[in-house]
Amino acid sequence: MTETKTITQKEDQIVDDFSLFDDWMSKYEYIIELGKKLPLIDENYKNELYEVKGCQSKVWLNAEMKDGLLYYKADSDAIITKGIISLLIEVLSGNKPEEIKNAEMDFLNKIGLKEHLSPNRANGLNAMINKMKNFAIKYSGENVN
Amino acid sequence: MNTQTSNMEMIDFTKLREEFPILTRRISGEPIAYFDNAATSQKPLSVIKAISEYYENINSNVHRGIHTLSEEATEAYENSREKARKFINAQSAGEIVFVKGTTDGINLVASSFGNKTVGEGDEVIISEMEHHSNLVPWQNLCERKNATLKYIPVNDKGELMIDEFKSMVNEKTKLISVVYVSNSLGTINPVSEIIETAHSFNVPVVLDAAQAAPHMKIDVQKLDCDFLAFSGHKMYGPTGIGILYGKEKHLESMPPYQYGGEMIKSVSYDKTVFNVLPYKFEAGTPNIAGAIVLGTAVDFIERLSHENIHNREMDLLSYADNLFDEIGDIRIIGTAENKTSLISFIINGIHPYDTGSILDNLGIAVRTGFHCTQPLIEQRFRLPGTVRASFAFYNTFEEIDRLAAGLSKVKSMLL
Ligand SMILES: Cc1ncc(COP(=O)(O)O)c(C=O)c1O
Repeated sequence: MTETKTITQKEDQIVDDFSLFDDWMSKYEYIIELGKKLPLIDENYKNELYEVKGCQSKVWLNAEMKDGLLYYKADSDAIITKGIISLLIEVLSGNKPEEIKNAEMDFLNKIGLKEHLSPNRANGLNAMINKMKNFAIKYSGENVN
Repeated sequence: MNTQTSNMEMIDFTKLREEFPILTRRISGEPIAYFDNAATSQKPLSVIKAISEYYENINSNVHRGIHTLSEEATEAYENSREKARKFINAQSAGEIVFVKGTTDGINLVASSFGNKTVGEGDEVIISEMEHHSNLVPWQNLCERKNATLKYIPVNDKGELMIDEFKSMVNEKTKLISVVYVSNSLGTINPVSEIIETAHSFNVPVVLDAAQAAPHMKIDVQKLDCDFLAFSGHKMYGPTGIGILYGKEKHLESMPPYQYGGEMIKSVSYDKTVFNVLPYKFEAGTPNIAGAIVLGTAVDFIERLSHENIHNREMDLLSYADNLFDEIGDIRIIGTAENKTSLISFIINGIHPYDTGSILDNLGIAVRTGFHCTQPLIEQRFRLPGTVRASFAFYNTFEEIDRLAAGLSKVKSMLL
């Protein structure tokens, strides 16, 4: 098994991957592929409680702790959204809650995703990141209690 | 494809397009193909110039000063009201109230007229296809009054079920408000028939004409509607200005909506005498520039004529309909016989948001989602949203070719 990579290492990897594409259509194609490959979330989680508000498409997100690391699962009814979630999960999943809490997520700017989203969609993206970080905040307090 | 020369010799639409500077912009490296006209239309140079012309030459407050500028501004403001009166063939200028837009106009009616007309146990009728701005004000009124809000049902083609409507009207009905042209389906509703039935029960009718004004000639006297509201920005005019038409007898009987300057005749510490129509409903310094330039937008439409606009838009619509047919896997929501130039659709199996994102990358602007008619899309049609392409006369057949190619691309990427 490969040891866990840091968040920054994983971000750099994605920035590298995206540098291979020279136009946005190919980036979209890649994101769509990622979306199609995203492991499905259990249907039980597809309810209000796990829904991310602020997205035009529906997004459900859940996180679980295992051996001190936080793992995310998510789904959406739109495939591009799923692809974007897949990137977020790739970067954040399997790390310590403390690291996730403080992640800058700068790669989203570097791959040009933010500038390519309408404000409407950028809101959705921020809502997703917030929800992911909220899980991290919730679980980082856990050992203390 | 050369369908550019249609049955209208008079108007060169390619040339006309040059009057819309924004249409030369590029988005994602491509020339913009703007198909979000139902949300807001683009503005011709005459309108854009009239805005700066106002501020450069006659800016001053209306109905106040004795100085020349104020007189000029007042004259331009009132001239524009007169243009709006003619535009919808109202009887008098007193029936033409400048408002912020359709939403503002409907809220005025709901707050002032609705408040006085609707009481506990009464009923208000709207339809399942209303824009939120013609739904939420009535929902709120009915909640406040303990009245019941009823919805005229919509059939699978996206048409109002008029027979059902006729059996809904009764002595308890106090008000009916319906959309003239649906912004998410394109359906042109049989409003004359609705008004006739309503009036046989002495029930006043409000029309939301936001989507009618840019596409068809409105005649409030012929329609015999009691109120009608529309927005400037959807008919090539500026944002933040619209018209509320109300029959004089109603407007006279209504309390003011807002209180302050302009709407008064005289004020003492004990009592205020309200101004005459329409000023009673125009409290505060109005959107003077917007109001004046709305007149410029009316001039623009009249220069083209609604007939020419209609013919051109129908050509674009049927051209698009045919191409959509060829693409396949497209479900059109809103297939009424009588509709304006918009297509609301989903590609089977593809989320509208995905379609919209990819089209945007091709420089094609469509709207996705509920189009401010969430209950219609979600509860009536049980969809997560639709993609809406709404055409204006300045759109071209080439742009629609690009839309069709874009949709094929979406299919190949996502299916
Ligand atoms: C049918 C319909 N009604 C009402 C409105 C509200 O208009 P506005 O936002 O200009 O007040 C719109 C447009 O958004 C519309 O399409």
